[in-house]
Amino acid sequence: MANRRARPNGLNVTIDGVEMSAVEGESVLDVARRAGAAIPTLCYLDGLSVHGGCRVCLVEVDGEHAPRLACSTPVTDEMEVRTATEAITEHRRIVVELLFAEGNHICAVCVSNGSCELQDLASEVGMDHVRFPYQYPDRAADASHPKYVFDPQRCILCTRCVRACAEIEGAHVWDVAARGADSYLVTELNLPWGEAPSCTWCGKCVTVCPTGALAFKGRAIGEMEHDTDLVGFLARARTEGEWEGRS
Amino acid sequence: MAKTIDLFQVADEELEARSRFTCRIKTCASTACLSAGAGPVRTALEQAVAAAHAGHDIEVVPTGCMGLCSKGPLVRAEPRGASPTLFEQVTAEGGRAIAETFTGQRSEPDVTVLDESIPFFTQQRRVVLKSAGKINPDRLEDYVAEGGYRAVLTALTEMTPQEVIEVIRDSGLRGRGGAGYPTATKLGLLADAQGETKYVVANGDEGDPGAYMDRTIMEDDPHRVLEGIILAAYATGASQAYIYVRAEYPSAIERLERAIRDARRHGLLGRNILDNSFRLDVAVRIGAGAFVCGEETALMASIEGKRGTPSIRPPYPTERGLWGAPTMINNVETLANLPEIIAGGADAFASVGTGSSKGTKVFALAGKLQHTGLIEVPMGITLRTIVYDIGGGIPNGRSFKAAQTGGPSGGCIPAAHLDTPVDYESLRALGSMMGSGGLIVMDDTVSMPEVAKFFMEFCMDESCGKCVPCRAGTVQLHELLGKICDGKATRADLQLLESLSWTVRDTSLCGLGQTAPNPVFSTLHYFRNEYLDLVAGGR
Amino acid sequence: MSAPQTSPPAAPGSPNGAGHPSGDERFALLDKTIRRARFAQDQLIELLHTAQDIFGHLSDDVLIYLARQLRLPPSRVYGVATFYQLFTFEARGSHSCTVCTGTACFVKGADDIVRTVSDTYAVPPGQTTDDGLLTLATARCVGSCGLAPVVVVDGVVHSHQSSESTLEAVRAVAEQAQAVEAEG
Repeated sequence: MANRRARPNGLNVTIDGVEMSAVEGESVLDVARRAGAAIPTLCYLDGLSVHGGCRVCLVEVDGEHAPRLACSTPVTDEMEVRTATEAITEHRRIVVELLFAEGNHICAVCVSNGSCELQDLASEVGMDHVRFPYQYPDRAADASHPKYVFDPQRCILCTRCVRACAEIEGAHVWDVAARGADSYLVTELNLPWGEAPSCTWCGKCVTVCPTGALAFKGRAIGEMEHDTDLVGFLARARTEGEWEGRS
Repeated sequence: MAKTIDLFQVADEELEARSRFTCRIKTCASTACLSAGAGPVRTALEQAVAAAHAGHDIEVVPTGCMGLCSKGPLVRAEPRGASPTLFEQVTAEGGRAIAETFTGQRSEPDVTVLDESIPFFTQQRRVVLKSAGKINPDRLEDYVAEGGYRAVLTALTEMTPQEVIEVIRDSGLRGRGGAGYPTATKLGLLADAQGETKYVVANGDEGDPGAYMDRTIMEDDPHRVLEGIILAAYATGASQAYIYVRAEYPSAIERLERAIRDARRHGLLGRNILDNSFRLDVAVRIGAGAFVCGEETALMASIEGKRGTPSIRPPYPTERGLWGAPTMINNVETLANLPEIIAGGADAFASVGTGSSKGTKVFALAGKLQHTGLIEVPMGITLRTIVYDIGGGIPNGRSFKAAQTGGPSGGCIPAAHLDTPVDYESLRALGSMMGSGGLIVMDDTVSMPEVAKFFMEFCMDESCGKCVPCRAGTVQLHELLGKICDGKATRADLQLLESLSWTVRDTSLCGLGQTAPNPVFSTLHYFRNEYLDLVAGGR
Repeated sequence: MSAPQTSPPAAPGSPNGAGHPSGDERFALLDKTIRRARFAQDQLIELLHTAQDIFGHLSDDVLIYLARQLRLPPSRVYGVATFYQLFTFEARGSHSCTVCTGTACFVKGADDIVRTVSDTYAVPPGQTTDDGLLTLATARCVGSCGLAPVVVVDGVVHSHQSSESTLEAVRAVAEQAQAVEAEG
């Protein structure tokens, strides 16, 4: 965390033609959000470490030959950023199509239908169809936990759950196993979730999931709503010592 | 407490000991020759010498790679005061015959002699591989006799760290791992970085299929790698170094570990190196089969005992690397160039090569050629010289079609560009890259879409899965290429192949994904007709 | 903010008791290496190598044991072990045939060799025959490109191979095994 008492250097940053003042240490995403630019994100979540895996927050930065990640690129003075050029939109669309083709995302039967970040993003980038053949992975749901259910068919491997569990709850129940297209999420040593002794039943993994992969048990189609602000609130409260009185 | 070595005395003693033998018989103990049966050859040589009670006159020396691996096992006899003879495809029987010739028990061995005046040998220029194939890699004394560790002595006693960096800057050395980043700049970044602990890492995670330059350097001349590491650490103020080696290279790991033990025992590592106030420790870290660990942030994750997934940059390793400390990662071949630059001077090094690419490059020459093996050539040599002179041309009456450099991250170079000089910029301009040094020659029987599919399958298998374009994109690219190769694709598929290739290139997190489409771009560029012939509707 | 840690994390303290409850001596051997590594968490990959050398493959039991000794979350140990290609989780066949499918070998027809062995022994690459006789594997370059195509049968490297010569080499070790079995 940057020392907030020191007077940070002011930076001038242009986002989609809007001039913004920023402070050193801020990311392009921070400043763009203040500027009102709607940069989509999937793996990024306020309160968790930056992962940089989903690639949908890519933006164009003047003087750079390839797009940069808004979530992880620090702003510099006189930086000019374009968040929604034709090329960027096409890249985002292809990435979303790849995600849809990779899993089994069938909105009509999903608990998160209507409150799904992947679904929102698909309509945002204008994905009317998927150009790539669906891979139809054979992945079984894990309903062994008394309170929650994990359906890997809807998992986009954003690792929000892994990070929320390890970084905020401190339990590290989740991790990613294998690699490449075979990657999958595991609880402990690939145990059924319900049998994982380190799970504290806190439900943070469920609240941060951008899709319907993690849900509360017993929710019907479209009934699952996530509370993605929770971990950001907890992280801020912790780092700023909000419950101990500020020094 | 280690006893500090007197480099000059050890060198003199070693040379004196060598001169007592009437003949030294060198037998290649590198992986390729061992695979071809060099083990029994060495045993036969040693037994024959022992049987003739000639141990005082004839020395059998296990060495590293002599280069022409396709003719292995190789044995080189060097009689005192006479010209040496190189024997090819030696069997155990042949080994005995060679030994008996020099013990005077027979006049001539019935083993094929390999002419060392062929271009395969004469067109090479050995800097990094200077001692490879000549010395016993397991003996520190052998390396010292070749002038080894003098560069460290010079640097520690006569030069400031800054001066070491300046000499390297003047030499024009660039990274040999692929991208060609100026080595002195990297050293400068680490030297300037603030931190109590700094790390130097030698990247020996060579994973390009068809490439074994780094393995050979580590196996054949481990002390040269160590000396390069010591120089880099001294120049940058690092006190701990790691050598990250693929687990698939057990012999390189063994020899490096022995070299580290010996160097420590002789006061070349540890505290007060060569009685100066400089300290450095080196440890070998072993991979476990993941190509992506050649990427520097993934490599660091692996050294930390984690999944070898790359991280986003910035921060760069020289800012925050291993355990958050400033870290510099250099390719093994890059580091192995340092001793020669410090000992021989920047000018001598820079006298070889082209304007922007100085020195030499080691290539693993493979594929459809008469001679395949490990070569070191001056930068700027043409591909034609490599293929037709050094490689001896294409066998079986076939013709040259393309050469692939840079492995799965590189591209192919067609016959029309055979006269291109081999340097960083020229290869990049052709849509390929220097890469780490794999050079595969293909003849006219090879289908280029198949080659693209082969490399895409490799990238798909080796994708770490962290970022979407690489994880899911390589799967789709591979499927599209498969469809094309099977003759089931349409023009629209070809278009999709291209647009997905651009996205994977521009949006992937690390070098693996960013370069994965290169073989597609390159084969499409030079051999588009082969694709068009395969899709519905044809050209 | 605390000072950033810039060296390998220190050993997380005393181990959770030495040895394995089963009394399996091999765990004592593994323990020796863990102690030599000073229980350092960054030595996980080295220790997985050691464990695989000792046990032949990495069972859940061994992974849990390593997680406990190094005080790492089991999911992290599982994630690391499954990331790297050289770790195996199932017992291998009594014989192995590894075909190099690196570029040099590919260009010279390694694919045909894989297909032939796979068809003849009815075993897909990367798997073991139902009777546990043969494991067929592919490798991404064993680094002997001058000798392409290269096949490694029971640890012995065979150079300049064809489908026929590979089958012969596999047959030699497999039939030898069956002959010994018949005698015994």
